[in-house]
Amino acid sequence: MNITELTVHELQEKLKSKELTIEQITKAYVENIEKHEKDVQAFITPLKENALKQAQEIQEKIENKEITNSLAGIPIGIKDNICTKGVKTTCASKMLENFVAPYNATVMEKINNESMINLGKLNMDEFAMGASTEYSYFKKTRNPWNLNTVPGGSSGGSAAAVAANMVPWALGSDTGGSIRQPASFCGVVGLKPTYGLVSRYGLVAFASSLDQIGPITKDVQDAAILLNVIAGHDEKDSTSANKEKVDYTKALKNDVKGLKIGIPKEYFGEGINSEVKQSLEKAIETYKALGATVEEFSLNIADYALATYYIIACAEASSNLGRFDGIRYGYRTENYTDLKELFRNSRSEGFGAEVKRRIILGTYVLSSGYYDAYYKKAQQVRTLVKKEFDKAFEKYDVLLTPTSPTVAFEIGTRSNNPLEMYLADICTVSVNIAGLPGISIPCGVDSKGMPIGMQLIANKFEEETILNAAYTYEQKVKFRENYEPTFKGGAC
Amino acid sequence: MAKEDYEIVIGLEVHAELSTKTKIFCSCPTEFGAAPNTHTCPVCMAMPGALPVLNEKVVEYAVKAGLATNCSITKESKNDRKNYFYPDLPKSYQISQFDKPLCTNGQIDIEEDGTTKTIGITRIHIEEDAGKLNHNEFGSGSLVDLNRAGVPLIEIVSEPDMRSSKDAENYLRKIKSILEYIEVSDCKMQEGSLRADVNVSVRKIGCKEFGTRTEMKNMNSFRSIVRAIDYEAQRQIEVIENGGKIEQETLRWDDVSGKTFSMRDKEDAQDYRYFPEPDLVAIRLSDEYIESIRKNLPELPESRKKRYLEEYKLTEKEAKMLTASKYMSNLFENALKICGNAKAVANWLLSDVSRILNEKEIEPDQIPFTAEQLAKMIMLIEKGTISSAIGKKVLEELFENPKDPEKIIEEKGWIQISDEGAIKEIVMKILENNPQSIIDFKAGKDRALGFLVGQAMKETKGKANPKMLNDMFLEELNK
Repeated sequence: MNITELTVHELQEKLKSKELTIEQITKAYVENIEKHEKDVQAFITPLKENALKQAQEIQEKIENKEITNSLAGIPIGIKDNICTKGVKTTCASKMLENFVAPYNATVMEKINNESMINLGKLNMDEFAMGASTEYSYFKKTRNPWNLNTVPGGSSGGSAAAVAANMVPWALGSDTGGSIRQPASFCGVVGLKPTYGLVSRYGLVAFASSLDQIGPITKDVQDAAILLNVIAGHDEKDSTSANKEKVDYTKALKNDVKGLKIGIPKEYFGEGINSEVKQSLEKAIETYKALGATVEEFSLNIADYALATYYIIACAEASSNLGRFDGIRYGYRTENYTDLKELFRNSRSEGFGAEVKRRIILGTYVLSSGYYDAYYKKAQQVRTLVKKEFDKAFEKYDVLLTPTSPTVAFEIGTRSNNPLEMYLADICTVSVNIAGLPGISIPCGVDSKGMPIGMQLIANKFEEETILNAAYTYEQKVKFRENYEPTFKGGAC
Repeated sequence: MAKEDYEIVIGLEVHAELSTKTKIFCSCPTEFGAAPNTHTCPVCMAMPGALPVLNEKVVEYAVKAGLATNCSITKESKNDRKNYFYPDLPKSYQISQFDKPLCTNGQIDIEEDGTTKTIGITRIHIEEDAGKLNHNEFGSGSLVDLNRAGVPLIEIVSEPDMRSSKDAENYLRKIKSILEYIEVSDCKMQEGSLRADVNVSVRKIGCKEFGTRTEMKNMNSFRSIVRAIDYEAQRQIEVIENGGKIEQETLRWDDVSGKTFSMRDKEDAQDYRYFPEPDLVAIRLSDEYIESIRKNLPELPESRKKRYLEEYKLTEKEAKMLTASKYMSNLFENALKICGNAKAVANWLLSDVSRILNEKEIEPDQIPFTAEQLAKMIMLIEKGTISSAIGKKVLEELFENPKDPEKIIEEKGWIQISDEGAIKEIVMKILENNPQSIIDFKAGKDRALGFLVGQAMKETKGKANPKMLNDMFLEELNK
């Protein structure tokens, strides 16, 4: 038995039947990190020793029956923009290279309450701005399916670590596709919950009205289990929804008979790689065979979503990142003679090029004289996008699209072309704009063996619908049994 | 052209710190005077990932202020971010309200020399205060104290309806009084919990258009506001008279030199890039909520004044002066409850207490003694234990070192001499030393009696019972 190939629900069973111990599991993961990290480069701050120590403590507590919950001792990886008390939270930025948060994000409190073990903080694009994890200040994470390609982003470290079995599951964050797109590139499951389902308290803000924390897992059942842990109202986040608690694992019925699936044709047009398209078409046939009804329709506003997204996200980012001013924490320049220089040089030296690009863009669209033409217009389009989705969900339970127009691209091929990089988000951003839940699951590989992702979208707080739809497909296709990462390439 | 040909136009933006127990977006205490950065948390320190949660009390207090100033209350309002960099602003944006303030379109009346004038209130919005920069006593540069960061403020923006520094003072006094009455702010100007940005422009009388205005920020004493307006108006008139143009700019008033100075150059004109705060949700208020606040609004100065006229038979002027400050008015009512003599309490407060406040240049809320101490002093006079002359000395002492007036007169030995034998002894001694006065009195010069009583008071350091002295002198002189 290769422990690290098991899903979390499989680990839970083995723990229950005493086939495995917490320490064995943690040790197996630590060994796998040691084996693959030099190739994959998924971690910014690994917590190997700490994890082993914790495993021992939790094992004892379980034996003494002090802890009885079934997730106790299960390891996890955390994207490095989620605040962890006492452990560095860098956002993959020079700005926060040595920043240790004095408090835990609400999701971390929930993880800790389950006595789960943090294996480490995972790499990402700086401040979650990017689609390839190449914009990390520290390192470039590689895709375990082909080490010459990117893992996607911005939660590239999380997705790659799950794909490489260096963590059983991880938390990512998704502002415009940052969970789903890397999940798609790395052949794993990524869920972006409805805006407001998971508390953002302690998630270092990129774009407040779009950000959501979500699970990146090996399979759909694990995604449901982890969502059970992190979802819920938090009075520290005014935008978190006060909804009754749901057991998402109960939604996994392995049955999609009568499910109405809408296919927005705009997502299958120009710019979509033909192999991706073919793979999706095959998935659609599978759903039909499983008893779902499938219909093509037009989501008119789709063409404007990307522009709208970049205006809103950058506007909010330009304000959210203002607090990194070199005054209270984070990087401070040594090179200043007055206050203006202190601000200017700390920020110029502390932020990377992509972050600066977005701050400048965001500052511009909020400036007087431009506000109406850009930010206000974008908010108006945002309302239209929401309405368009509302209309779609009057007819369909689920919308099905590719997660990304392409499979993982080669490292270095897009990092100097921001516009091309932004196109990687084209299938995912409208879900954030409308605040909807979206899941990416693997639906095949291309001719080079690179995974292809399928995105399922549901109406607000209908996570159960897409989880069941994804689960039913997964049970039929059994992607994990047929494909696995090869760690090929990577000589460069 | 001369000064008299110009009209001054003044608008005020008053910032009042709300007296909620906790800050506007976190649960840190708002208390003034704590050690630097001890009233802080990840939210008001703007730690990465921390999020604001609106304190409901802040909305309630702002609505109270809106209702007390006859504003319309906005039923769906929101917060906005005002972006700028400054070390005392930890998030690099202030959460404020831009285009949907909580209260709009209000007005209050001010009085001067018996005439009433209505001053419009454009809006009242809620926002957070910034921290404070302190001089670094350990080295160069400044130190940031974020205790004040996130303390709730309301900003009350007036229409440009004031025409003199006196108007501005009356308006600010009225706003202060209203806020004190409805108990939403302690309005301690010396602690900065009430401060005003003053906008001043001038125009030729008869001219319909406003002149270009200048703004003086963060003024926190009535005296400097009056001086600054007078100075600035005069400066503007002189500039215009000399053919110059007024620049729209922010000025700094310097109390020492009595002049205004330009604060920043024009190229720094701020673009605050306001946009809706995405971390907070809309503020929705129901009619029931607004009505319940309206119903529970405390007594306002106007109605309290009326009550004083009817219940205590005070004069219009007395009632107005007492109710101008809630603190003074409460002191009056509380002392009255103890000693039962409205006229006496009013007299003491409006004459001697007010005189001392003026001399010390302090506000009624800085009066150090209690209503009980004041009442006791008045009762000691009524009982004849001390004279009113000694009463004045006790009052001075209450300002310096407030304690039980009985203790004061005991310690100072100010108890009135009302013992017949003792008084007689003094009277005989004074008569013996002033034979000429006896002759004068007998010759019909009544003034001589006053002189003798005065001598006796001097001899006893004011402690002798003046009425007994008077009677006994008359008795002896008429023998």
